Amino acid sequence: MPSLDDLRKRITSVKSTQKITKAMKMVAAAKLRKAQENAEKGRPYSEKMNNIILNLSAGVGDPQSAPKLLVGTGKEDVHLCVVLTSDRGLCGGFNSNIIKKAKNYFEKIQKEGKSLKIITVGSKGYDQLKRQHGKSIIENISFKESKNVSYFDASKVGNLIIEKFQNDEFDFCTIFFNKFKNVISQIPQEQQIIPLENENKNKDENLESNYEFEPDEDEILSNLLPKNISTQIFKAMLENSASEQGSRMTAMDNATRNAGDLVDKLTIQYNRSRQAAITKELIEIISGAESL
Amino acid sequence: MDQFNLEIISPEKSFLTKNDTEEVVIPAIEGYMGILKDHIPLISFLKPGIIDVRSKNETLNFYVDDGIVEFKDNTLSILTSNIFDLKEIDKNKVDKIVKDTEEALKKVNIEDHDKYILDQKIEVLNSIKSN
Repeated sequence: MPSLDDLRKRITSVKSTQKITKAMKMVAAAKLRKAQENAEKGRPYSEKMNNIILNLSAGVGDPQSAPKLLVGTGKEDVHLCVVLTSDRGLCGGFNSNIIKKAKNYFEKIQKEGKSLKIITVGSKGYDQLKRQHGKSIIENISFKESKNVSYFDASKVGNLIIEKFQNDEFDFCTIFFNKFKNVISQIPQEQQIIPLENENKNKDENLESNYEFEPDEDEILSNLLPKNISTQIFKAMLENSASEQGSRMTAMDNATRNAGDLVDKLTIQYNRSRQAAITKELIEIISGAESL
Repeated sequence: MDQFNLEIISPEKSFLTKNDTEEVVIPAIEGYMGILKDHIPLISFLKPGIIDVRSKNETLNFYVDDGIVEFKDNTLSILTSNIFDLKEIDKNKVDKIVKDTEEALKKVNIEDHDKYILDQKIEVLNSIKSN
């Protein structure tokens, strides 16, 4: 049984932790609003970009002459995975969810006997992956200094990927990130960006023939595809930053509530033992008086 | 005059949307191009230059670095990562961009196409400055 003094100390310490988590929750909530706004503002660009590419690629008849970024290298040997995580912790299952998803994918690839290369964006992902997959990590990028997600940062990652693709370093590229659904749920996603996946490729087949292209189609496509990579990464980064704040907010909210419960429990325990001590003293006095 | 829709989108946000545009002149890669209502569907690139947006009450001018334009169903979409309004332009900023561009031009192994684009860029920026 802890002494009264110990209990008092513990209650104060839990209370001050609660203050910290509460403050973190409030900060996350403020940042979340901004990040969410940014994520929503960024959506039209990537959607439009996708639409244009869809219209264009529907018109590419001969896969031989099509840009490799669109149709792939024809091999399936080397997979590049870009894992986007946050730079800071204390955000619940945010990072672990992405890592879990990514690790499942890695296992699948390695079982098939293909080689794996990893680029981690954000230091938390690197920390969690380096023990098991340290040899496969070829690059670790972190944007700790930049406060907000910027297109400039995303295009740095994009250009790196394209450079590696042109040097024939990999055949497939997949990115992992959390999609922001709402404050309490973020869904880890994998998205293949090279070669480009087109589910509804056949839908708009008739549309493209009406377009006027300037310069010609192939040139547009080969110019547009690298840009699309950066755009997709930018989108993923925006979604990620909104998810991170949302996840942190929920985690800190839970922590604050837990701390509250703990304080209540400890207070009861404290009061009980105080009362017990008083009762014990009284009994001692009374029985002392009786024996006289 | 007949009106059509215009949207200018940058990666960070939707930069401008208008539904009373009458004419837009864009610096397409193969020359300036005027777009009116019921233009045929079009996809093209932009080179550094000035976008001229005319509607009934106002005329807007923007500087763009690069971008993609699509015209479809009487909606002109311009996707660009670098755009600013000529009215809000800062002389020092222009100077800085010109300097950076001139630096880029000095590279030894520059391709003709890139050189052409950069030359264009300097020319446009200098004309902005002198106005």
